[in-house]
Amino acid sequence: MSETAREAPREAGPAPPIPPRSHRALGVGWRWGLPALVLLAGTGLWELILRLAQVPEYLLPTPSEIAADMKADWPVLQPALFVTAREVLLGFVISAAAGVGLAVLLHLFSALRRAVYPLLIGSQTVPIIVLAPILVILFGYGIVPKLVIVALVCFFPIVINGIDGLRSVDAELISMMRTLDASRWAILRRVEFPAALPSIFSGMRIAATFASIGAVFGEWSGSNQGLGYVMLAATPNLLTARIFAAIVLLTVIALALFGAVSLLERIFVPWAPRRNRERGPAGHPPTRPASPGPTGAA
Amino acid sequence: MAGTAGGVAVELRGVGKAFGGVVALMGIDLSVSRHSRVGIVGPSGGGKTTLLQIVAGLLEATTGLVCVGDATSARRRLTHCALMPQRDLLLPWRTALDNAAIALENRGVSRAEARERTRPLFERFGLASFEGARPAQLSGGMRQRVSFLRTLMAGKDILLLDEPFGALDSITRAQMQDWLVRAMETVPRTVLLVTHDVEEALLLSQRVVILSERPGRVVRVIDAGHHPRGSRREIVTSRQFVSLKEQALEALGS
Repeated sequence: MSETAREAPREAGPAPPIPPRSHRALGVGWRWGLPALVLLAGTGLWELILRLAQVPEYLLPTPSEIAADMKADWPVLQPALFVTAREVLLGFVISAAAGVGLAVLLHLFSALRRAVYPLLIGSQTVPIIVLAPILVILFGYGIVPKLVIVALVCFFPIVINGIDGLRSVDAELISMMRTLDASRWAILRRVEFPAALPSIFSGMRIAATFASIGAVFGEWSGSNQGLGYVMLAATPNLLTARIFAAIVLLTVIALALFGAVSLLERIFVPWAPRRNRERGPAGHPPTRPASPGPTGAA
Repeated sequence: MAGTAGGVAVELRGVGKAFGGVVALMGIDLSVSRHSRVGIVGPSGGGKTTLLQIVAGLLEATTGLVCVGDATSARRRLTHCALMPQRDLLLPWRTALDNAAIALENRGVSRAEARERTRPLFERFGLASFEGARPAQLSGGMRQRVSFLRTLMAGKDILLLDEPFGALDSITRAQMQDWLVRAMETVPRTVLLVTHDVEEALLLSQRVVILSERPGRVVRVIDAGHHPRGSRREIVTSRQFVSLKEQALEALGS
């Protein structure tokens, strides 16, 4: 219908944008198989050494003893897991909402950013987890001080990554949008925010690994439930295997949160090249040399 | 002051631009009549892009008068011009169709309606069936076409094209040049085309302005509107075209 030259599309159909070369070729199996193998070897070595040295369980339990304790203590651990998981998840969600909100606000109002950004960086020198006892005094033994601690711990990486992501948008993209009648709001919504999403998700993945630490410190400062409380109660009784079981469950919470954030990123940032995500916001895919199709004659 | 009645779309008088101590442009006089095409050629770093950005209203001139339609202030010039940047700058999170329709959305048209209004042009511009493709799935030539379509959909009378085909290989570039000439015949617009390629400027525009090295000044204006009709090969090898090209290259000092 058109007299113009048809060029063959680069990839037929809805193929993934940029296929990462090196690692994909080895298959998904290697990506997870290799670390799993190392983990297995490490646990095996741990088991072997402790058994050979005949270290008593209350000093340092072997992996199999921890597993056995996990099974036996499940009635204690399971409700504690739920309590802590709830604190972590709620605190993280609050932090993500507030962090992204503040990042957008500071990005929109540069005077505010200049005033607040240095303070935000400076506030990181305050060891947040030691605030936990004060928060318990302020908010009591309930869930609130834990949420505040988790949110505070997660907040910083989300805000900083958000602001950096919003600021590092290609200036030419914004000029282009301005000549296309875009308002400030349209630029934020259609260019800056989507471009900052990979960076925001990086911040959230970092925050996801911090969240459970915050919850445990909150529980240590005053609570009667949760994995942190279980650990605290197990210590004087030398129930070392139970402490380790709780640590394993905390790791599971952090990993699950990390996985959930990564999954959300895949859903909301489908255009980001998988391998390059860590490099920060991908404003634009790299320009590749153009190749006219086989039928590319005028 | 404004030259709307006389059919003057863009008028520059004594326009100069300095960035700090660096003078990018000096004493540029240029008058572009409505629906004509003017090519701007000059060595790289000669302020060609700066000139386009001043016309577009993205930059304010340091000296001189800039008049686009009836607008003299940068803010108001922005509403008259659409700029097609050197790189295609398509948004990777939008499909080709949504990229092309973005100017309509910026003006408050709903996404569904913006799509409906853009879709017919996809066919006309040889992009049919690629509406749903992401920019990374398109070839360089197709991305550049989507970028041009996006500029066109802004509905501005003045199109500012900044080396639109500079990133393409020579075969694709030649196809795109032919394509652009035909596209401009169906949708007449005032076009300012910046390029470093003399041949491209002569082929695509009716008048070619040659700029000097920095600080950019108008060295020469060449009337290029009358090369013979025919195939690209016939045109570029015709005696008239060769002589125009010689004049232009001489003015460029090469």
